[in-house]
Amino acid sequence: MSVAGINVLVEETRALAAEKAGVRKTLLSVRGVSTYYGSVAALRGVDLDVTEGEIVTLIGANGAGKSTLMMTIFGAPQAREGTITYDGREITRLPTHEIARLAIAQSPEGRRVFPRMSVHENLQMGAALHNGQYFAQDLERVCALFPRLKERLTQRAGTMSGGEQQMLAIARALMSRPRLLLLDEPSLGLAPLVVKGIFDAVRDLNRRDGMTIFLVEQNAYHALKLAHRGYVLVNGRITMSGTGRALLADPAIKAAYLEGGHGAPVEA
Amino acid sequence: MDVFVQQLINGLTLGSIYGLIAIGYTMVFGIIGMVNFAHGDVFMVSSFIALIGFLILTTWLGVSSIALAFLIVLVVSMVLTALWGWAIERVAYRPLRGSFRLAPLISAIGVSIFLSNFVQVAQGARNKPLPPMLSGGITLFETDGFQVFLSYKQCLIMAVTAVLLTGFWYLVQRTPFGRAQRACEQDRKMAALLGIDVDRTISLTFVLGAALAAVAGVLYLMYYGVVSFSDGFVPGVKAFTAAVLGGIGSLPGAVLGGLIIGLIETFWSAYFSIEYKDVAAFSILAVVLIFMPSGILGRAEVEKV
Repeated sequence: MSVAGINVLVEETRALAAEKAGVRKTLLSVRGVSTYYGSVAALRGVDLDVTEGEIVTLIGANGAGKSTLMMTIFGAPQAREGTITYDGREITRLPTHEIARLAIAQSPEGRRVFPRMSVHENLQMGAALHNGQYFAQDLERVCALFPRLKERLTQRAGTMSGGEQQMLAIARALMSRPRLLLLDEPSLGLAPLVVKGIFDAVRDLNRRDGMTIFLVEQNAYHALKLAHRGYVLVNGRITMSGTGRALLADPAIKAAYLEGGHGAPVEA
Repeated sequence: MDVFVQQLINGLTLGSIYGLIAIGYTMVFGIIGMVNFAHGDVFMVSSFIALIGFLILTTWLGVSSIALAFLIVLVVSMVLTALWGWAIERVAYRPLRGSFRLAPLISAIGVSIFLSNFVQVAQGARNKPLPPMLSGGITLFETDGFQVFLSYKQCLIMAVTAVLLTGFWYLVQRTPFGRAQRACEQDRKMAALLGIDVDRTISLTFVLGAALAAVAGVLYLMYYGVVSFSDGFVPGVKAFTAAVLGGIGSLPGAVLGGLIIGLIETFWSAYFSIEYKDVAAFSILAVVLIFMPSGILGRAEVEKV
């Protein structure tokens, strides 16, 4: 049996275990959310749940509204209709920085590292909420996850390669000690080997640290393989949902997102 | 040589004052991308606060120690002016955030007009003198009957500027607030995603800029011994020029630009004609910007995406 085969098996067992447990609580719940840019609707009545301990992925084409959903969860922009609940508390109308203080972190679209700050300072910004209380130990933790960052601590973030910036963006999000981590297209524009490294790190975070992860991806194959459950977003609406494996096997998804499209399987 | 050294001293003194004001322009521009045209008038207001403070302390309360009076006036003026800076941002700029780009600019011009007219009505239109204080100085050397003279006032101005700029530099580069401030400058939305209260950071930026302008205002009043309601305009424009010359958005650039403008102005006055000193300063600005559009220490925006 190939390594990939074993991975699939492991995923199935995990998904089953998660279902059996059943009692896990919903961490993030999005209900009927519509977001507009001016008068243009970017999201139309999105329903979505993320349960504690899960990796949930949202796949969709360019412009489907994936990143808008990520930012709407953070109240920038705020949803015009619907509600967003996190850990039993409604956060739909909270200002962005107060949502961040509830232990939700985001590695946003386009990475958005602070280009004229060093890697170290970027990580300090990630830990800004804790006033440096856990900084030393968390720094060690993210450096273990991304050893490359350790070599670059004093470098200005804007001068690093795309892959390194992506690692920094994820590491910075981790520095806030989130319970829920939102990752927006961590694979965008990166070499396959780097993508693999980042996805491995995400898997580790979920399995080892039990972190809940909501992953937005265009790279549907890798994302669905990694995730327990997935949603498909088309033109601002959720059109399908199911376990990662079920979606991966779905002919419609295969045709639209896997074959000939981006994220075709590249097995080493 | 002697004239040169003397003008160097005078130029650095003037340049320190411009530099202190220029920081307020450059920080505000850095964080919200607007030119705060009211900043020069905030500086003028601080001079009046200092004038009133000095008069209360020396004539009414009979404080005879100049050092003590200076310290009290400096602190009071910084606090009150910072309050003005905070209020202006809150009332005139924050409601316009997210509006079209020119809206806060027009609002700033409005605030500028309001401040100078308010002071004119409240304090009168004449020049307000301050009784001379802290006279004397050190004669550095003398050649052919020309004394190179460093007055105590000039020492004070340069020393206060140096100390405050060092403290300020530390604040921006080494403290969590400074880091948050720089983060907001580079990417406001991202800073908010990390839990930074962006509105509060912007408020504090205005407060800091106004406090530094207040230091400049106190020093300006002591140096020239006179202030009028219209004194916000020319030093304000010069400091803005200094910020642009140094590279707007850059803190060291603002100080460097201030020193350069101060030096150009004094040297031109000494060697050519005093009437054209402002023309000289602005001409050099124009020339520099033709060849270095982003200013001396400004960044040419090349960043990996």
